[in-house]
Amino acid sequence: MTQTVPASRTTLSLRTRRWVTLFAALGLLAVVLVLSLALGARGVEFSQIWQALFAPEAGNNDQLVIRELRLPRTIVGVLAGLSLGVAGAVMQGVTRNPLADPGLLGVNAGASLAVVFAISVLSISNPTGYIWFAFAGAAAAASIVYAIGSLGREGATPVKLVLAGTAVTAGITSMISLVLISDADTLNTYRFWSVGSLASRNLDAVQIVIGFVMIGAVLAITSGRMLNLVALGDDLARGLGQRIHVARAIAAGAVVLLCGSATALAGPIVFVGLVVPHIVRPFTGPDYRWIIAVSAVVGPSLLLVADIVGRLVVAPSELEAGLVVALIGAPVMIALVRRVKLAGL
Amino acid sequence: MNRTQRIITGLSIGALALALVSIAVGAYTLALPDLLATLFGGGTPSDRFIVFKLRLPRVLLAMLVAVGFGLAGALFQSLLRNPLASPDIIGISGGASVAAVLSLLIFGATGLVVSLSALVGALIVAFVIYLLSWRSGMNGMRFVLIGVGIAFMAQSVIGYLITRGDVRDAQQALVWMVGGLGGASWEDVLIMVVSLVVLVPAVVLLASRLRMLQLGDDLAAGLGVAVQRSRLALIVVAVALVAIATALVGPLAFVAFVSAPIARRLVRGGGLALVPSALVAIVLVLGADFVAQHLLATGTQVPTGIVTGIVGAPYLLWLISTTNREGRAS
Repeated sequence: MTQTVPASRTTLSLRTRRWVTLFAALGLLAVVLVLSLALGARGVEFSQIWQALFAPEAGNNDQLVIRELRLPRTIVGVLAGLSLGVAGAVMQGVTRNPLADPGLLGVNAGASLAVVFAISVLSISNPTGYIWFAFAGAAAAASIVYAIGSLGREGATPVKLVLAGTAVTAGITSMISLVLISDADTLNTYRFWSVGSLASRNLDAVQIVIGFVMIGAVLAITSGRMLNLVALGDDLARGLGQRIHVARAIAAGAVVLLCGSATALAGPIVFVGLVVPHIVRPFTGPDYRWIIAVSAVVGPSLLLVADIVGRLVVAPSELEAGLVVALIGAPVMIALVRRVKLAGL
Repeated sequence: MNRTQRIITGLSIGALALALVSIAVGAYTLALPDLLATLFGGGTPSDRFIVFKLRLPRVLLAMLVAVGFGLAGALFQSLLRNPLASPDIIGISGGASVAAVLSLLIFGATGLVVSLSALVGALIVAFVIYLLSWRSGMNGMRFVLIGVGIAFMAQSVIGYLITRGDVRDAQQALVWMVGGLGGASWEDVLIMVVSLVVLVPAVVLLASRLRMLQLGDDLAAGLGVAVQRSRLALIVVAVALVAIATALVGPLAFVAFVSAPIARRLVRGGGLALVPSALVAIVLVLGADFVAQHLLATGTQVPTGIVTGIVGAPYLLWLISTTNREGRAS
């Protein structure tokens, strides 16, 4: 008796803690969404937000700014942040490596190479024109990484995926550098895309990728249970009846869809996918279904906060969200890593 | 000879052959007898000039920095027990790059000043990571994660500097960050020789403790290893190796990351494979530098670091796909 009581208490508190975490994250996101519409180089009254969205007045410049500039970048931020957060959680589960970032499947590198190709060979310089290139490049690179990582008798083991991903990324990055070093015009266009930003992407892009994001998110959530078993190790998972190859392939498909969408929307934004699961895990415990669900809410908050900070710190100029996110996210991650026991990773 | 010895012999012969070819071949190609005569004190004055002034420093520097990168990568990956734990990924190269790019773009520095900035940047970053990861003892995973965080911060600072400046300055910074051997001089060679004379014996002395640390902290402590002190010593040595090499030639993408996994897959025995890692790095850097100088006809000088990525990546991929049993330590 005395032994079962504390055990049940911890289960109960863990379950409560998970729900509290999820609702707290949702509440935070709601606040961030409002701030993202309200804050920027141009000061806007909070009351204008409601009107701008639901009862727009013609000729009101504040409302125009909200509808035409801040609403699109907020939507882009939500979709990209959700994609990166979820993809990061899935990647860390698939590779069983807490350092795994969605970029590790080669997605960012592949997208970047395709965009460099679009700029230098096809002379496309409009960010909307990059969308399909980014998506195709991301998918191609991830497929190559996954295919190479799956060769050999044991299939796609975590170590092979990690090494294959890093190798493909390094090879592609070298090719990009080769082009950029000899072609200043391409570098000049590419460098602004490459830092990752939520600004100046329009709603056309959102319409193109939103379907992919939804499919990817659903696949990710369904793979959560499988990732829990994969976390026990390949042999044990197989012993429990898990078809481990299928599980990994579904999860990898989710990562490709999500990361391809995020990169197409906002450029290669790093770090969100790496850090969000680390922020989430101490609160949710090791259950991937929860990690994925909460990451889907925390990812947008992190990315939008970065965007808002970038709008304010050097106003009327801006810092790109892709730059800010690491500068504010890394200290958070370091603080968490210092606080938490790392045995659970 | 067992497999390890055969691999070491093969890699050594390959490295030597590549070195000789690199010295011999160029705009003016020396025949092998002339080359050997020149190397051993004979030869015509013009041959001596080409060999000793132009080509030998570059080849020697390539080999020496390769040893630095290869050993540092192998040490980090073994010590932190993670194949991703190479200096490129845990922020040490990033720290060097931020400092170098700052000095290039903001202060207009050149040559030795850039090298010194890079060295200082790498050392500061390593020190900060170590301090931050210390919490009643140093935990390997904590070190790596904090390093990755720092690496991303460095990347974002570099992104800022690159997008704000003039595009030609950005290009110059990019060339440094890729890394290359174009500016090799005898002073660089001397610096690297002195560094290795100090650091390589330290690696040899520490190798047995590293082997025990790989069994896990508790077991190592049980075997009488002073865990924290040994780990600190190993980190200091690895950081010094990579910081000095990076200061001289830039980060040389991928060499530190790829050499140990390739070496372990060749040797297949598990274990540290320190000597094979260093040899793989030498072959990789010499081969890449040869390709960069002679086989890529782009008109401009191609930095060696670009080719190390393009050559190293497919080779690692091929190894991954052909070996059934992955190297235990990677």
